[in-house]
Amino acid sequence: MKELIRDNTEKCEFLVHRSVFTDREILARERAEIFNKCWLFIGHESEIPEKGDYKRKKVGGRNLLLVHSHDGEMRALYNTCPHRGALVCRENSGNSRVFRCFYHAWSFTNDGQLAGMPGKDGFPDDFNCDGTKNMTEVNRLESYRGFMFVNFDDHANSLDEYLGNAKEYIDLVADQSEAGMEALGGVQEYSVRANWKLLAENSVDLYHGMPTHKTYFDIKQGQDPDLKKVKLEGKGVDLGNGHAVMEYVAPWGRPIAQWTPIWNEDLKKDMEKIKARLVERFGEERADRIANYNRNIVIFPNLVINDIMAITARTFYPTSPGYIEVSGYAFAPKGEDEEHRMARNDNFLEFLGPGGFATPDDNEALELCQEAYNNNQEVQWNDISKGMVRGEDNTLATDEIQMRSFWRQYKTRIEQSLNKEVAQT
Amino acid sequence: MTVATITRQDVVNFLYTEAKLLDEWKLTEWAALFTEDASYTIPPIGDPDANPKDSLFFVHDTRARLQERAERLLKKEAHVEYPHSTTLRNYHNIMVGDLDSPVIRVECNFTTHRTKREVLDTFIGRHIYEIVQMNNGLAIKSKKVILHLDSLRPQGKISLIL
Repeated sequence: MKELIRDNTEKCEFLVHRSVFTDREILARERAEIFNKCWLFIGHESEIPEKGDYKRKKVGGRNLLLVHSHDGEMRALYNTCPHRGALVCRENSGNSRVFRCFYHAWSFTNDGQLAGMPGKDGFPDDFNCDGTKNMTEVNRLESYRGFMFVNFDDHANSLDEYLGNAKEYIDLVADQSEAGMEALGGVQEYSVRANWKLLAENSVDLYHGMPTHKTYFDIKQGQDPDLKKVKLEGKGVDLGNGHAVMEYVAPWGRPIAQWTPIWNEDLKKDMEKIKARLVERFGEERADRIANYNRNIVIFPNLVINDIMAITARTFYPTSPGYIEVSGYAFAPKGEDEEHRMARNDNFLEFLGPGGFATPDDNEALELCQEAYNNNQEVQWNDISKGMVRGEDNTLATDEIQMRSFWRQYKTRIEQSLNKEVAQT
Repeated sequence: MTVATITRQDVVNFLYTEAKLLDEWKLTEWAALFTEDASYTIPPIGDPDANPKDSLFFVHDTRARLQERAERLLKKEAHVEYPHSTTLRNYHNIMVGDLDSPVIRVECNFTTHRTKREVLDTFIGRHIYEIVQMNNGLAIKSKKVILHLDSLRPQGKISLIL
């Protein structure tokens, strides 16, 4: 059996074989063992608040239609006509009671039921009595604190069980608003010419922060000279099931309630009030954690929730070993005051997203890794050992325990499949 | 202040100058084309009139931030653009609004090509400018970039100034 991960606790060495980033057969195994079996983020409940609201979503390589049906249920329908297969809904989002496939004009109510088609006399009276001509629904759609996930494995454990210890950290994000969180409009659909696992690693990697994002920190320091006192410090935690987090302090304002001098005095008072309310709701310690600590969470395999200078979630899927499609979200408390919201969004755009001062440099780093994996034949291993010398319960946020947690789960899921035949795609 | 007579050709030349400064990576000179209260924005794809409070823009720069953007991109540590990519900007179908107005509205289509490490990406869309007279010349009061794309795939990023 080919060895992909070398996890040597005694030697404090953790190695990842670079073929996992380039090999098409491994990608086929990842689709079978990971993307077809794990819980995958599809969207946030706030994206389809009203009955009839729908949004098209690509998840795990499928074309899905996330819909708030008229019976009040949220559903994920496979966006394909049961008749001949055409994409039924072609608009990216909207509100509708009915979806109609344009090809032969079969129409469906927004819960997926076949409502009618032309030329009914050509079909038997009991046509569709078994429901096979309805749009097919993803059987497993579950939600935690507004974050919705699908699983293509009907026998998978519940989402609740799957998220496990990661729930504590999702709570620290969701608890920031009593009215609930909402996804902003304009989900950023972009791409990176790199392997999907590199983005999972990068999103919970604090070690790269200073060298890769020096230009961002230079700008921050120009805005507030006192910021140099604040280092990137905290801890990395293995959350089990491949999930991990780094929780840390950082030299930037947090729009929940960590004020920074680039913001005005009114906002300072506003944030003091928010902090006081957090203390009332959760006590001093937890309120401090919510307001003043940053957290980058990776939910295995392909969801990242970063509660940093703003709140973003990104999910990504590989169309080939060296290319991913990324969807980037921004989250904020519902009903947030306008000035506060603008400060939040400005903070977001200064660092995050395809037009930010940092995310494009991350993409570049990932793409340079991918490009240099051309040397895989002779240079075979990545090193992910940082912090092992401290012991895995003692690691810092700038160590690599977050990535090792991901890779250990990956190893469990992939290595056992290496003896099986997998159809290559 | 005497206001010079502006011709359509002056406006067109001004836009071409802007494009050329960007293609030549003269980014601080580019930033200097903007007024003190200027903005540079890229709203979400498909929603050019989005409100920046409710929607996630790609870029929503004040004058100060567009200066930071320009200066950042000239640093060696702006890794995505180091070494600098090679770019070519074409502005077409230029429509110049009322030249006698204190703020002249100008719209044009753009095609911006970027190549780096032998990968060529193309951005297409529409620019909407508000242009004013300043110091006997022209200056940009606002520049809004409306991308005519389905998504940022395969471009992946807007590391350039569009």
